[in-house]
Amino acid sequence: MTDKIIIDNLSLQYADGAESLRGISMGIRQNAVTVLFGPAGGGKSTLLRCLNRLNDLTDIKTSSGRILIDGKNILDPKTDVIALRRKVGMVFARPVPLPMSIRENITYGMELAGEKRRSKLDEAVERSLKLAAIWDEVKDRLNDPAIALSGGQQQRVCLARVLALQPEIILLDEPTSGLDPISTGKVEFALLELKKLYTIILVPHSVQQAARTADHAAFFLQGELIEYDEGKKMFTTPKEKKTEDYIMGRFG
Amino acid sequence: MMKLLARNRHAVQRIGYSFITLMAVVTVLPIVGTVLFILFKGGSAISWEFLTSFPHDGMRAGGILPAIIGTLYLTIGTAIFSVPLGIAAAIYLSEYAKDTPLTRTIRLAIINLAGIPSVVYGLFGLGLFVLFLQFGTSILAASLTLSIMTLPVIISTAEEALRSVPQQFRTVSISLGATRWQTIQRIVLKEALPGILTGVILGLERAAGETAPILFTGAAFFLPRLPQSPFDATMALPYHLFVISTQVPEMPIQIQYGTALVLLVFVLTMNIIATVIRSRARAKRQW
Amino acid sequence: MEKSLNWREFIITRAIKASGYSAIVFVLLIFFFLMREGLPALSEVDASSLLSLRWYPIENYFGILPLITGSLIVTLGAALIAVPFGIGTAVYISEIAPRWMREILKPLVELLGGLPSVVLGFLGILVVSPNLRILLDLPTGLTAFTGSLLLGGIAVPTVVSVAEDALDAVPRSYREGAWALGATPWQTIWRVTLPAAKSGVLTAIMLGVGRAIGETMTVMMVTGNAPVLALKLNSLFSPVRTMTATIAAEMGEVANGSVHYHTLFLIGIILFLISLTVNVIASSVVFRAKKRAERILS
Repeated sequence: MTDKIIIDNLSLQYADGAESLRGISMGIRQNAVTVLFGPAGGGKSTLLRCLNRLNDLTDIKTSSGRILIDGKNILDPKTDVIALRRKVGMVFARPVPLPMSIRENITYGMELAGEKRRSKLDEAVERSLKLAAIWDEVKDRLNDPAIALSGGQQQRVCLARVLALQPEIILLDEPTSGLDPISTGKVEFALLELKKLYTIILVPHSVQQAARTADHAAFFLQGELIEYDEGKKMFTTPKEKKTEDYIMGRFG
Repeated sequence: MMKLLARNRHAVQRIGYSFITLMAVVTVLPIVGTVLFILFKGGSAISWEFLTSFPHDGMRAGGILPAIIGTLYLTIGTAIFSVPLGIAAAIYLSEYAKDTPLTRTIRLAIINLAGIPSVVYGLFGLGLFVLFLQFGTSILAASLTLSIMTLPVIISTAEEALRSVPQQFRTVSISLGATRWQTIQRIVLKEALPGILTGVILGLERAAGETAPILFTGAAFFLPRLPQSPFDATMALPYHLFVISTQVPEMPIQIQYGTALVLLVFVLTMNIIATVIRSRARAKRQW
Repeated sequence: MEKSLNWREFIITRAIKASGYSAIVFVLLIFFFLMREGLPALSEVDASSLLSLRWYPIENYFGILPLITGSLIVTLGAALIAVPFGIGTAVYISEIAPRWMREILKPLVELLGGLPSVVLGFLGILVVSPNLRILLDLPTGLTAFTGSLLLGGIAVPTVVSVAEDALDAVPRSYREGAWALGATPWQTIWRVTLPAAKSGVLTAIMLGVGRAIGETMTVMMVTGNAPVLALKLNSLFSPVRTMTATIAAEMGEVANGSVHYHTLFLIGIILFLISLTVNVIASSVVFRAKKRAERILS
């Protein structure tokens, strides 16, 4: 397998002095679930938001290093960020359905990209909702407001909304943090299917979820990458003392 | 002793509350009284003829059609200039501006615009639009003057409406490949629309009722025909009411009350529409 | 397609930014045109004439002091009415009134803010002043006091809405803390809520006063329009003339570019500077209060 993404000596500091990244270097495999875990404030979300340049919306004091996706440095100022964000989709911690119908939520991104053909849009709605394992639950009420769904359903619609754009990489920032165990199970199940098609980077909401889902796992502590290994090894025989302490629940 | 104090405290509480309640009643009753009084007194003057004919006999008889039409023109004229500009400025402040000295200066300027006396707007309109730009005493000059006066109301209410749209909507939209403007256009503006509309109507309501800014910029004492172009002066309801209640001797009181009633209904209707839009939007809101 | 999208985005963004700056441009334009038309008065009229006690432009007397004192006394009277009633109403709406009452009162007060001042002036002439004349046994009902009464009504909505916002912004935990210590709701209002909202209430008062001093039509219609120096309290019950009313009443009849014309603009400058001062101070009070709140919360 090849590295879809190569992060090369990435450092970043926010203007307000909050969470930052220090000299991160790692490669992220294609068609696998890479888990970024560690205590709050470690830089996981910041790293995710670098990968689709969502950090552009935030005040950044300094940043250096490179992120190569398919060999191209996306931190280059000349990067087409709109195209990048279509290629690198993101699901947020709390489900945020846009204030419109389920269907419109799914087609929103495609319509922005200029897709007007009804048939294409309908096809995408069905395909992405099926991939997100929510089609059967919503297929009869696609025109209802998305807000009317339960939290777990909303989150899968948000996932489908990203899938509709046919991205190559999906970023998930604690996507199950507000959900009950059954809904969490459904989202995790969807991920297992999805990794056959996409490169997935997940910030889990617990160590247990990290252990359940990780093909590869990276442990972040205070802006630094402490350990990066295959998930199975990391959660059975961590090399670093800090990683072990965290996994064992001695801090965090 | 403690018991007495405790009882005392509660007596003070009761008296205090009654006093404050009384103050609120004294403040609010005259408002209701004023409206009802004018509705009652002016009602008998209202007839189809009063609303659709020109004044005659030195305005002591006939109707107030040119004043009604004039106020409509001025309100529309004000809307044409102030609504797009005000909403755009509000979008800038809510969506683009960062907290810099320049932004703070803009805010200070808006606060100041809101505080400038209406008659000073009249002077300014006279100096800039009527004389310097040579628009003359005209609907155009008066509308522009009223627009600038209305601007701060529209900007501040529209900005508040835009800001109340949750931030996550913007983040999500951007993450789905929307540009900033697409996000504003498709999500933020759409959600803030009722709030913006409320602000726009309240601003225009004020413009419609104003007299001082149009005194020397566009208001005419009497015109035998309706204005034909934006460069004509016009009669207007508030100015007409001023004229017939102070400048015309032996003015029949019926016509005065009737004119006050029409002006009041004009303004009240806008006010009620704004209130209804706001409360309905609040009830329907999905976030 | 992407390219045209970028162009559209670029142009729209520029237009929005330009609109954002418009408020500054307008304030500067207003200032500039007032200066342009008003400053010549300073060289055309002697300082001794400007500061004299006589405003009689036809005979070249341009004493603006009576007008200034006229504005001040009417505004003072209006403040004495609007401040207690405005704050009382704000306290009632924010602290005492049940929810349904609030839903009725707030739009009503807003409605008062929207009533055209000319309608109030009209009622002032026909209803308020004749009754006041009889009630107070005065030679005329068109006095500074009549103006104050109506102006108070005009300033009330400003005071109520700003003060109510300030009271609303006081965290609920403050009140709960006071109740937990055994304070009655009344004590809580006086000792906790109002002091905590102090700067907002102060802003409310200033903006209300600013609103009153700039009001034109009502005062022009009901204050009797006599430009006499008003320094004593009993001038409250005689006719006066304010700065705003003078401009409104006389500008229509002067020749453009005459001394009288320039002097009226000079009065406009004074009004502009007064409102500028009031608003700058009021907004800096708000600003400081916000800063403090941020410190407490962080």
